[in-house]
Amino acid sequence: MTPRPSLGLRARLLSAFALLCVVTTAAVAGGIYVQARNDILQRAQDAALQAMKSRLEALFPLRTSTPDQTELGRIGSTMVERNSSALVIYQKAYAQVGPPEGAPPGAPPGPPWGRGPGGNTPPSLGPEDLSRGLREQVAKGDITWQRVVRDGRPYLIIGAPLLIVEQGRTRVSGIEVYTTSSLLPEQQSIDWLATRAWLIGGAAMAFAVLLALLATRSVLRPVRELGRAARLLGEGDLRTRIAVSGSDELADVARTFNNTAAELEQHVTQLREMESDARRFVADVSHELRTPLAALAAVAEILDEEAARLPETAGKAARLVSQETLNLTELVNDLIEISRFDSGVAALTLNEVDVAELVPATLRARGWSEQVRTDLPRTVTARLDPRRVDVILANLVGNALRHGAPPVSVRLSADPQWITLEVRDHGPGLDEAVLPHAFDRFYKASAARTRSEGSGLGLAIALENARLHRGDLSVTNAPDGGALFTLRLPRRADDSDGGSG
Amino acid sequence: MVLGGVSRVLLIEDDPAVREGLELALTRHGHRVGAVESGEQGLDRLRSDPPDVVVLDLMLPGMDGFEVCRRIRAIGEIPIIMLTARGDDMDVVAGLEAGADDYVVKPVQPRVLEARIRAVLRRIGRDQAELERHGELTIDRAGLVVTNRGVPVSLTPAELRLLLELSGTPGRVHSRQQLLDSVWEHGYFGDSRLVDACVQRLRAKIEDDSAAPVYVQTVRGFGYRFGPV
Repeated sequence: MTPRPSLGLRARLLSAFALLCVVTTAAVAGGIYVQARNDILQRAQDAALQAMKSRLEALFPLRTSTPDQTELGRIGSTMVERNSSALVIYQKAYAQVGPPEGAPPGAPPGPPWGRGPGGNTPPSLGPEDLSRGLREQVAKGDITWQRVVRDGRPYLIIGAPLLIVEQGRTRVSGIEVYTTSSLLPEQQSIDWLATRAWLIGGAAMAFAVLLALLATRSVLRPVRELGRAARLLGEGDLRTRIAVSGSDELADVARTFNNTAAELEQHVTQLREMESDARRFVADVSHELRTPLAALAAVAEILDEEAARLPETAGKAARLVSQETLNLTELVNDLIEISRFDSGVAALTLNEVDVAELVPATLRARGWSEQVRTDLPRTVTARLDPRRVDVILANLVGNALRHGAPPVSVRLSADPQWITLEVRDHGPGLDEAVLPHAFDRFYKASAARTRSEGSGLGLAIALENARLHRGDLSVTNAPDGGALFTLRLPRRADDSDGGSG
Repeated sequence: MVLGGVSRVLLIEDDPAVREGLELALTRHGHRVGAVESGEQGLDRLRSDPPDVVVLDLMLPGMDGFEVCRRIRAIGEIPIIMLTARGDDMDVVAGLEAGADDYVVKPVQPRVLEARIRAVLRRIGRDQAELERHGELTIDRAGLVVTNRGVPVSLTPAELRLLLELSGTPGRVHSRQQLLDSVWEHGYFGDSRLVDACVQRLRAKIEDDSAAPVYVQTVRGFGYRFGPV
């Protein structure tokens, strides 16, 4: 199968579509994802901060500015809510408080950082878990938050200093409260968003590829159709046309193709008609010539035999008429023969023949046995038309005897599929310019070549006969001089694939 | 048949020039030529003045050559040589099937036609051999009579020569080329369809079933063989 040229175009269109889709999806989904993530986190933080602030307000007024461990625990338990844990630090002392409810009893603070899974329950926080930056910010009196990820879980730590109002002035009490709440639900929302973005992107991608396929198909189908039609046209099916639909550029191309094909068909048809007219004319003329020629041929012999008894001039004339009648007969016979090849009515009459026997018979029948050397194996049987092979061989040998120099030789060889007959002379050979035309009809090697040297159709008929056998006839110049005609015939001319080797 | 070397030739040819030319040439070769221009006239002449051989143009106005051929065969076993247009293969096959013994292609050289006439009229050498029996078939080489189940079989000279040639060496395969040479004197490059057509006609006359021949058997790819019966 020939590679389809449309494949490249299809791949290019598909990849362009896919690229476009990836870029668009990534831009849209990515943008929305980032925006949504920020929004979600911001909202969670804002809510947590707000909650923290309102709880801090509930602590006022502080019972003491120097709380003990119990007081720190009280502050911590005020600060925690369901999903957060708290750490209250005052100088070196601190208290850790777990979520008030929903947490398993007996385990007030969750597990410390890094110890096993804890679901949504935030782990208990120690002062060592807080970053220095956070502590410093809080120490300055600012409410500060930080997002941390521990054990793959996101948490929000919010730190707030407890303030004391003394004599109308607000100052930092030194008590710091840190709450830790899980951002897992938010993370899950964000993950869900990301998954959605991926899914929608993928679906869009698949949809885009599908669209691209449809689009390429609608483009490529006419292109492929055009290619197929052009190929058919090239193979000689001149009636190939394309169905034109629509009015786009491709339809224009198809219309142009159809018009071109129609014109081509018309021209070729005209040429063929002219050629077949010419050939029919030759065939008709030949047939018309045959009847008067038959009468001439019937009496030419009488003239020839009586010539000796006629006065000199009349005798010469009689011989001329006789000889030219023979030549004319040969020419007309050859014309009729070649027109039979042209009209395709020439047929093989196949017989099992010993070619090693056929060659001498051909030479003997024409009185050439003495002039031609033969190199023949003992027996070479083949299934072919002996009369046609005789015609080929007689034309080749006759040609060699007329135009070449002696010795003329015929060599026969065979392999299981083919027989090969080589006819060569030892003359000057054929001019390089003549070689390609050796089998042309009426081709004259030189202007000086006279008509009496044969009908001018002998080699053309020989070639047609060889082809009729599915064989081949060719000519070259032998390395040591002289023309070398090589006839190759399949040993079984009726076997469709016997000669393909 | 042939009387004193002079044979009577009936020439049926519609073109006057060809007819006259061939008449001149054949007369010059020593034949007594009766030339007519149509098949109807030819059949009339055939009855009034039976010839030794008929030279018949296939392309005739009115009754065509094939029909003439069949009618002559209905009358008897007079040898028929067809004049055919060159390369009209179907004509050759149809003519041979209609009963012609041989054919020549126009334009024909009188020498060639003369050789063919001599070949079809060739006297068959009579042997002193005994009556041969091959199954139901008896061949009398002395009297040149062939009988099938006791009934004489009417054969043309070519058919008789073919039968004698084949039955002379029962069981031996004769190639078409050999038969063309020995029966028709055509040399190596004769038209093998002559042999095939003649075998068909011979089988129709002597075999019980032409499709399953006993006497004249085909040896595929090689030729023909007589028997074994």
